[in-house]
Amino acid sequence: MITLPTPQTDRPQLLEPPPILHRRRRGWRNAGWALFFLLPSAVPLVLFTLIPMAASLWVSLHKWNLISPMKWVGFANYIKLIKDPQTLKIFLHTLAYIAGYLPLVYIGGLALAMALNKKMAGRSFFRAAIFLPVVTSWVVVALVWQWLLNPSNGLVNHVLGLLHLPEPGWWTDPNWAMPSVILASAWKDLGFVMVILLAGLQSIPTDLYEAATVDGATGWQRFRRITFPLLSPSTFFVVVISLINGFQVFDQVFVMTGGGPEGASQVVVGQIYNLTFRYGRAGDASALSWLLFAVILLITAGQLRGQRRWVTHA
Amino acid sequence: MLESKRNWRGKMGLYLIVGGAAAIMLFPFLWTVITSITTDGNLNNGPTLIVSHPTLDAYRTLLATLPMWRITLNSMVVAVVATAAQLITGSMAAYGFARIEFRGKGFIFALYLATLMVPLQVLVVPLFIEMKTLSLQDTYFALLAPSLASAFGIFLVKQAIDGVPRELDEAATIDGGGHLRIFVTIVLPLVRPALATLAIFAFMGSWNSFLWPLVVIRSQEHMTLPLGLSTLHGQFTTQWNVVMAGSVLSIIPIAVLYLFAQRHIIQGLAHTGIK
Repeated sequence: MITLPTPQTDRPQLLEPPPILHRRRRGWRNAGWALFFLLPSAVPLVLFTLIPMAASLWVSLHKWNLISPMKWVGFANYIKLIKDPQTLKIFLHTLAYIAGYLPLVYIGGLALAMALNKKMAGRSFFRAAIFLPVVTSWVVVALVWQWLLNPSNGLVNHVLGLLHLPEPGWWTDPNWAMPSVILASAWKDLGFVMVILLAGLQSIPTDLYEAATVDGATGWQRFRRITFPLLSPSTFFVVVISLINGFQVFDQVFVMTGGGPEGASQVVVGQIYNLTFRYGRAGDASALSWLLFAVILLITAGQLRGQRRWVTHA
Repeated sequence: MLESKRNWRGKMGLYLIVGGAAAIMLFPFLWTVITSITTDGNLNNGPTLIVSHPTLDAYRTLLATLPMWRITLNSMVVAVVATAAQLITGSMAAYGFARIEFRGKGFIFALYLATLMVPLQVLVVPLFIEMKTLSLQDTYFALLAPSLASAFGIFLVKQAIDGVPRELDEAATIDGGGHLRIFVTIVLPLVRPALATLAIFAFMGSWNSFLWPLVVIRSQEHMTLPLGLSTLHGQFTTQWNVVMAGSVLSIIPIAVLYLFAQRHIIQGLAHTGIK
């Protein structure tokens, strides 16, 4: 097993503790400075994040259609949500999205990162080309892929037809709606994952590979024993980010399928949107958003705990 | 002999993988442009790579339906203001947390941390109600409100400031400089890479944001590009050339920016991954 020395970053304390006598005055002066530096961020964060957070909790304990007065219902919204089979369904759809998306971007991204980590002509061009979809907005990506995957005259089905392969109904077919969304999403994010993994690969010292080659290690052994373990912090980052973003998936689903057909691709955030703005059930929507938050928090915390078992040096 | 042949094959395989991936990534953009200059947006006579009678009709229809210039300008102004705001609020707060000792710092820091963890989706409903109550619904301010400060940016810059040796501050203090001077003349120039990363995140976040504009904006004059485009979708589902023309116009500004700042954007995003 290879262990890397971890640099010690203990910075010596440079500031002597101030003499007691001056502490009070200094404290006041610092309070002024703290106010000056923190106020510009504190005002918007309080107004547009903390207050809405509190309000959201409050609304989630009420029955409210955004117009008539709120009616206190306690935890009834939460209980109703947990009992509702629809809730399980949308969470399963969201999980299905992640289960399809993550292997696609990770395996694809890793293959491309390893290829681009070798010396080759036009490397920065290829990297830039593969990264281009990352800067494109989700709405554009969704529209372009809806057109490419158009069942009747889209390009993908045209090509499949020429090859005498079955032509799926893509986003118009309940069974193919989620795969369509996954395909478009993976296409957009592949470059991002590739770049993260490429940065990880470049931080692996090359002499490790040289030593392994001298010892007669095969390509697979080098990958299995050096690349994969030392890449684990980057892998970890990709997994955590993909899970967080995956649970919050909305834009591409809203544009490509609208959650349909027949709710086959409805995800959690889509449901929050519909509950509020279509059905006027703000209380249920708020409860669902807190349920979503709890799930994300639990999974991320689980990831952070579990990382000790498989992430090297983290 | 054998070794070099194998090497050559390996190289070919490499180019095949990378070239194939690049083609898959770029082709949809080409296809978008091709579709946008056809007369028949449905390509009923079968898809073609060479358009026999290219036309800008789709763009004319598009401009007659959506005030594209206005919408593009909205997107740009909102993204630039959001970026500037996040740079200012983010770097100032980062300095405050990194360099100033004050009472209740731990608690306030924890509150900031809390806002980092709560996704926008949780806030959308109450934020919408807040804007409605304040009669700020459907205004530029409403578009900007949730992106004036980002806890993520604050942490990013704070990390960088923590890496700046305090001896440098000390030197400035001896020269009679206060916090403001240390912040502007010493700390800020040294954390430029972190600021660049923050700027990229802020700009792209605002430029691509969809859910919040969808919720809070009603009128065309306040729409941003993603929202404007999504409205096309309902009206022109049978005219793909118009939808694609809109996509082309909305990609151009960000593509131009990407062309010039490509290295910074890629590196900025990559460095958030390795820390």
